[in-house]
Amino acid sequence: MNYLIQQASILGGEPVDVLIADGKIAQLGSIAAAGDAQVIDARNLVLLPGLVDTHTHLREPGREDAETVETGSQAAARGGYTAVHAMANSTPVADTAGVVEQVYELGRKAGWVDVRPVGAVTVGLAGKQLSEIGAMADSRAQVKMFSDDGICVWDPLLMRRALEYVKAFDGVIAQHAQEPRLTEGAQMNEGEVSAILGMPGWPAVAEESIIARDVLLAEHVGARLHVCHVSTAGSVEIIRWAKARGIQVTAEVTPHHLLLTDEKVRTYDPVFKVNPPLRREEDVMALRAGVADGTIDVIGTDHAPHPSEAKDCEWGAAAMGMTGLETALSIVQHTLVDTGLMGWAGVARITSQVPAQIGRVADQGRPIAIGEPANLVLVDPAARWIVDPAAMATKGRNSPFAGMELPGSVRATFFHGHATVLDGQLATPRTANA
Amino acid sequence: MNENSVPDAARTVLTGDDIERVLTRVAFEIIEANKGTDDLVLLGIPSRGFPLAQRLAARIAATAPGNLDPASLVGQLDITMYRDDLRHSTTRTPSPTRLPAGGIEGKVVVLVDDVLYSGRTIRAALDALADWGRPRIVRLAVLVDRGHRELPIRADHVGKNLPTAKSEKVRVHLAEIDGKNEVVIEGAA
Amino acid sequence: MKHLLSTADLTREEAIAILDIAEEMRESSTRAIKKLPALRGRTVVNLFFEDSTRTRISFEAAAKRLSADVINFSAKGSSVSKGESLKDTAQTLLAIGADAVVIRHPDSGAPARLAATDWIGLPIVNAGDGTHEHPTQALLDAFTLRRQVALRDGTSPAGRGLDGLKVAIVGDILHSRVARSNLWLLNTLGAEVTMVAPPTLLPFGAGSWPCAISYDLDAVIASGVDALMMLRVQGERMNAAYFPNPREYSRYWGLDDARLAQLDASGAETLIMHPGPMNRGLEISSAAADSPRSTVLDQVTNGVAVRMASLYMLLSGDLI
Repeated sequence: MNYLIQQASILGGEPVDVLIADGKIAQLGSIAAAGDAQVIDARNLVLLPGLVDTHTHLREPGREDAETVETGSQAAARGGYTAVHAMANSTPVADTAGVVEQVYELGRKAGWVDVRPVGAVTVGLAGKQLSEIGAMADSRAQVKMFSDDGICVWDPLLMRRALEYVKAFDGVIAQHAQEPRLTEGAQMNEGEVSAILGMPGWPAVAEESIIARDVLLAEHVGARLHVCHVSTAGSVEIIRWAKARGIQVTAEVTPHHLLLTDEKVRTYDPVFKVNPPLRREEDVMALRAGVADGTIDVIGTDHAPHPSEAKDCEWGAAAMGMTGLETALSIVQHTLVDTGLMGWAGVARITSQVPAQIGRVADQGRPIAIGEPANLVLVDPAARWIVDPAAMATKGRNSPFAGMELPGSVRATFFHGHATVLDGQLATPRTANA
Repeated sequence: MNENSVPDAARTVLTGDDIERVLTRVAFEIIEANKGTDDLVLLGIPSRGFPLAQRLAARIAATAPGNLDPASLVGQLDITMYRDDLRHSTTRTPSPTRLPAGGIEGKVVVLVDDVLYSGRTIRAALDALADWGRPRIVRLAVLVDRGHRELPIRADHVGKNLPTAKSEKVRVHLAEIDGKNEVVIEGAA
Repeated sequence: MKHLLSTADLTREEAIAILDIAEEMRESSTRAIKKLPALRGRTVVNLFFEDSTRTRISFEAAAKRLSADVINFSAKGSSVSKGESLKDTAQTLLAIGADAVVIRHPDSGAPARLAATDWIGLPIVNAGDGTHEHPTQALLDAFTLRRQVALRDGTSPAGRGLDGLKVAIVGDILHSRVARSNLWLLNTLGAEVTMVAPPTLLPFGAGSWPCAISYDLDAVIASGVDALMMLRVQGERMNAAYFPNPREYSRYWGLDDARLAQLDASGAETLIMHPGPMNRGLEISSAAADSPRSTVLDQVTNGVAVRMASLYMLLSGDLI
C-alpha cells in the first residue's frame, strides 16, 4: 500500500504533500492524486520522523505476563515509535548472543517497530564479569547499546573496562546511575516529602556522584557514555560541564521526570513508584531547561509495564516503574512544545534523530527527504485526550498519567512505509518480507 | 394540636413562670411519693435534665428539716454510650456522670429529663444506671411529655402533658444553658 | 471522621474532641463496671504485621471496654508470611465480618493505602506504619500532657489545647513515627516543638518542619521546656553508624542522672515522657524513668482511653 499524505506540516513547517511508495518517501511538495495511493488528509497535522526509544522494557523473555515483544511494540507504534531499544533485564538476562537474537527475532516477526535489543554489560546483571559484548555486537541483533539498567555498574574498575571494551564495537554503555550504598532500601526522592512520609530517601547525590565518576572515566578512556533517565538538577549540571569539556556523553530523560514530582507520592499510590524516583519541582524545571539547551540529548521512556498485582498493593511491596510509550509524545508536547521551550524540529531531534544515532540504528531518525525510508509519524497537536490505561496496547496498566488530559495524539505511524497506526488506531503489522 | 398551624411558627406553651410553678408541683409530688426526702437522689440526664434536677433538688431540700444541702441530692447521669442510635447520628460527645457522695446503692433514684418522647433515652438511662449500682426504686420525672412512645415506658411525674404531631419539635430553653426559660413548639419544617 | 491515619489530618476541633471524649473514657475506666456498650456487636480487627504487644493489647482493651468483639490477626506464622498480599488479607477480614481495622505495618503508608483503595471500605486506624506515623500515640501523649498541665494549674483539661507549651522530642527522629505524629498534633494544639537529635538521626528535609531543631540537649533543657519526650533508640541503629556507640549517645542525647539533677536543681516542672518500651541506661536513666516527673505509666493508662475515643469516633456517627 502506498500513501499520499496531503498538507502535512513537516516538523511544524509549511504544509506539503508527501507520497510514500515502496517503503520510502517518493515525492515531496504539491502532489496531484497519485494512482492507487491511499490519501490521508493531514491538514493541521505535524509530520515527524518515527520516534526511536532509547529505553524500553519489553519483559520478554521471562515476564510475558507483564508485556511481550508483540504487545510492547504495538504500544510503541501507538505512541508513534518506529524503533525501540529493549532493555536487557529480561529472564534470562540478555547477556548472550542467543538471547538478544531471540528478542530481535520476536520483534521482527511482530512487525510493529524495529526492536533493537540492548545487551547486558555484565553477566546476569551481577556486576562481576563482562558479558559477551563482542558476540552480541556481531550477532544478527547488531547490539550497540549495553546496559545493566535497573542496576548500576557500580564497580569503578568494571565500569572503566566496559567503557574501554565497547569501543572495539562502536558501542555505548548506558549507565543506570545509582550509588547502591546511598540508596539501600530507598523508596522515593530524599527531601521534604520523604521526611514527612517517613520513607527511606533516595538522595540526588546517589545519582550525581555516579554520573560525575562516569563522565571522568569516559573522558579518561575516550569512550562513549550514555546516561539513562537523568532525574536531578545536579545531574544536568554535571553533564553540561562534561559536554563543555568535550566528553562523549549523551543523556536521556523520561517523560515522567519532565512532568511529575514527589508530591505525587503523598497518595502512597505505587503507580508513582519508579527508579529513579520522581524528584522536586526544581529538578523538573532543570531537566526541561537541560533538554532545551541540548545538555540532555534524548527522551527515553523507561516504559516499564507491570502486572496489576505488582502495583495493587502497599508502596513498599510494589514494583518500580511506569508505562510510557503511549503517552511519551503527548508529555513531550505538553512540557516542551506547549511551554515554548522547543519546536517540532527539536522534538524530532530528541525523540528520533539523536536516539537513532546513539543506538546506531540505520534507517531510523532520518531526515524527511526523498529517498529516505518512510519511518514517520503524524501527530495532531490540537487534539486533547484523557489517559485511560485500560485502552492502551501495552499490557501494563501502570500509567502515572491515568485520568490526566494531555495534548497531542498520534494519528498515523508508518514503519518502512507500512501504516502500523491509522486514524489513531492500531492497523496491521508489517510482514517480515513487506 | 392544629395540623394547619403556620409552619416554623414557634408557639410558647410554657413561660418561665409556668416552668417555675410546674417544677414546684413536681417537687412536692416527688416528696409525696417518697414520703419525705430520705434516700432520695435526683439524677439529671444531660444536657437539660441536669439543671432541672438541680432546681427540683433546691425545692426539695428547702422542705426538709434541718439544713439539707441540695447538692447531696443531685447528680448527672450520662447515657451517650448506652444509646441505641450511635451508628445513625453524628458522633455524640459524652458528658461526665457525677453521682452524689452517697452514691445510688439502695437509694430511690429519680431520673430527670426535659422531654419524654420515644422513651429510648430513658431506656438507655436505665442501662447506664445499672452499671453504676442497684437503686431500690427508680422513678422518672419530666418537664414535658409529648407522647409518641416507642417503648413501654411512662413517667411518674409530669410537668405538662403536651399532645404534639410527630412533625413538630418541642424546644426547652433553660436559663442555665440557653439564657432564658420557656418551652416552645415549632411547626413541621 | 472516616479514618485515623495521620495526625496531620486532624483539625484542632477534631483533636480536642477526641481528647475530651478520652477524658470521659478514662473516667469510665475508674468505675467498678468498666465496660461501656457503645460498640456492642461490632467487630474490630487488630491487623498486626509487626510485633507490638503493647500497642495491640492497648487497642484490644479499648475495643473490649466499648463492648466490641476483637479479632487479633498477627502476621507471624500466618498466610502473610507465605506471600499473601495486604489486599487479600484485608479482604479476608472483611469477609469474616470486621467493622473496623486497626493496622500496624512495617511499610510507611500501608494504612493510607488500605483506606484509599476499594479493597475493603472500612474505617482504618493507623497503629503505626513504618517510619511514618503513630497517631494514637501522639494523641495519648497530648492527652497526658494536657491532663498533667491542668492538674498542675488546678483547671479542667476539657476543651483545651496545648497552647504555649514547650515540648522537646529527643532521640531517633529519623526512624520515629511517634515523632512525626507528635509534630503535627502538637502544632495543631498550639505547642512549640523542638526536635533534639544527632544530625544522623534527623531526616534530610526536616528543615521544613514546623519546629525548631537542635543538636544540643543541654541547651534545650536549660531554655526551659514543659515536657521532654524521649524516643527509643532501636538496637539495629547501633550497628549502622548513626552514632559511634551507646555510651556516646547517652552522654550527648540521653536523659541521664546528671541531666535529671540539672532539671531538679532548676526547679522546672518539666515532665518526662517516653512512648515505651524504654532502653534504660541508653536514652533514659532509671532514675529519670522512675522519677515523679515521669508520665510513662500514666501514658499507658491514657493510651486505652484515647484508643477508646478513637474507635468510638470512627464507629459511631453516620454510616452513609
